[in-house]
Amino acid sequence: MNLIFLAEEGAEEHNPLIPEWIEVVLALVVFALLFLALKKFVVPNFEKTFAERTTAIEGGLKAAETKQAEADAKLAELDRQLSEARHEAARIREEAREQGAAIIAEMREQAQAEANRIVDHGKAQIEAERQQAVASLRTEVGTLATSLAGRIVGESLDDEARQRRVVERFLDELESSPNGSGAAR
Amino acid sequence: MTFASSESFHAPGPATFELPPVFEIGSVGVTKPMLQLFLAAALVFAFFYAASAKRAMVPGKLQYAGEAAYGFVRNGLARDLIGSRDFMRFVPYLFALFFFILLNNFFGSIPMINFPTFSRAGMVYGLAALSWIIYNAVGIRKHGFVGYLKHQSVPHGVSPVLYPLLIPLEFLSNIIVRPVTLALRLFANLFAGHILLVLFSTGGLYLLQNEGVIGAVAGPVAWVLAILVSFLELLVQFLQAYVFVLLNAMYISGALADEH
Repeated sequence: MNLIFLAEEGAEEHNPLIPEWIEVVLALVVFALLFLALKKFVVPNFEKTFAERTTAIEGGLKAAETKQAEADAKLAELDRQLSEARHEAARIREEAREQGAAIIAEMREQAQAEANRIVDHGKAQIEAERQQAVASLRTEVGTLATSLAGRIVGESLDDEARQRRVVERFLDELESSPNGSGAAR
Repeated sequence: MTFASSESFHAPGPATFELPPVFEIGSVGVTKPMLQLFLAAALVFAFFYAASAKRAMVPGKLQYAGEAAYGFVRNGLARDLIGSRDFMRFVPYLFALFFFILLNNFFGSIPMINFPTFSRAGMVYGLAALSWIIYNAVGIRKHGFVGYLKHQSVPHGVSPVLYPLLIPLEFLSNIIVRPVTLALRLFANLFAGHILLVLFSTGGLYLLQNEGVIGAVAGPVAWVLAILVSFLELLVQFLQAYVFVLLNAMYISGALADEH
């Protein structure tokens, strides 16, 4: 083997292709140590980190999806509630309008009734006063008439009974004739 | 190797790779590349341990770098080539292998170290043999011994007339040659690259010291070339680590495949 390198200075040179056995063994031993150390302490750590990261990312995505769905549901619920509230408001407004109209009608009715009552009362009072006036008038007219007549006739008509009869007859005549009745009032 | 000004230029050769022992344990001389193996293993482990220990959901810079590096081998090599069903079994192996080789290769360009560990053939043979054992063992476990030999040697979709020709070829290429090419590719690239760097550096120095005016111009030019070659070497160092692990993954995937 040294023949190849005889040209080189020093025929004792080692052919580089012929291994030193100690190096073969040493390279294998050191590599084996490195391999075992990496396999035991490094690879599992990296793999765990990768797996955890994958889980974390997938979990994050899932959580985001759930949140999104929840938010959508909540939004739909709120929309529903809002439209319900609108309906409710419209209904209440309508009801209020109806109630208002009813109240106004009722008030008007009451006012009308009150007015009627007041008018009736007034009429009744007037009637009563008129009756009273008629009654008192009748007495006064009778008295006046009789005393006047008595003066004219010269004869006392103080006799109560006769006096009354005369007056009554006069007034009845007065009432039964249309002109007389108008004059009497 | 000293370059006295009167001597003729001594081109770097295989002797460049025969380093004197740094110290000796009994009769065994411990050389620099042997120490580099330990240093590389220690650095790779320290970096990835520090990067992976925190296990933060949102990674910091260190953890991110570690995860990206780990993911490069795990997803880019192991999963893509072996398939998502079986790949996790091989991730620690491929992961350790890639960064072990990568750092040892980079040692060829790291100042103060400047020696690629795997330019020593013995170092590479060990790893290539391990690769050979692993992919064959994986295949034999899955298909049985005879089934595996058939799986690797008998091509599908070929007329049986060609079997006498193809079976030995397939056997040779899939079982015998693979570890050899695997080892030589890594070893030879780093070996050649290192020789090239040494040649340009020491040659530049020699020219500067011994060749007068011409040397004063050519020497610095050689050094500029040495710098350019260093960048090329960085690429080669990465590529060779990548290819070694890529082929490992492909061999495992081929051994596991249900059919061709």
